[in-house]
Amino acid sequence: MPTRTINQKEIDFDDEGFMTNHLDWDLEIAKVIAAEDGISELTDRHIIVLEFMRKEFEEKGSGPTIRRLTKESGVPTKELYALFPSGPAKKAARIAGIKKPVGCI
Amino acid sequence: MSTPDSTPEKIKKVSIVISKGSLEGIYPGLIMANGARMEGIEANIFFTFFGLYGVMKDYQDKIRIATVGNPAMRVPNAKGFALPTLLGALPGMSAFATSMMQKEMEALDIPPIGEFVEMISDAGGHLYACKATVDMFHLTNDDFIPQMEKVLTVGDFYEMAGGGEIIFT
Repeated sequence: MPTRTINQKEIDFDDEGFMTNHLDWDLEIAKVIAAEDGISELTDRHIIVLEFMRKEFEEKGSGPTIRRLTKESGVPTKELYALFPSGPAKKAARIAGIKKPVGCI
Repeated sequence: MSTPDSTPEKIKKVSIVISKGSLEGIYPGLIMANGARMEGIEANIFFTFFGLYGVMKDYQDKIRIATVGNPAMRVPNAKGFALPTLLGALPGMSAFATSMMQKEMEALDIPPIGEFVEMISDAGGHLYACKATVDMFHLTNDDFIPQMEKVLTVGDFYEMAGGGEIIFT
């Protein structure tokens, strides 16, 4: 299991690059991961998505489907894809510090 | 000889042909197209023959499971008994099987066809209708939902699919 040091914190990742403990997450770590995925700046809108994903993960043990995410976070589908152009499902989960999404939708 | 790369090249683009108009004919292509967009893969859907009902106004919510001619159909669930063809032909059987499956799908957050198609379009997927079928069915642009971008000939389709994978369903 790869461990990386980000901003003086030791963070564990699984083999696919998802954080193994979402409680280690903070916004600074999110910025570093986002930059690796080609997102140079995390806006307020990105953060709404990340926080919704984290809340769902904490309540249900897995991230939301895109449909739930768009219906309940107030970020519509078009905008979601504009915020995370290389794919909102996995990329946003990685940046949000939660495990890889398990659903097909 | 060069050694093969251990990480295969990622798929960048898929063009999916949906040719059947039953529920089980339309959903797989939609799920694959939506899943492609979720991974940042470019996605096109080409609706042809009865698959065209997937993008036709006023018909999207009338799409049903085939309960006849489907030897894999089991009731009351996937591990139940095989539905005899004669029973499958009873009035209302297809509608009933469809509503059962829709409940299962809703629980998994799989949207109804109309909403799903709109979602794929909003996600940046492109939706096209087949020219030969449009002519054969005597349809015009007014018969389609606004997300259907264009009626394409098969030649246009191949051109648009260039550089990607083609999946026929």
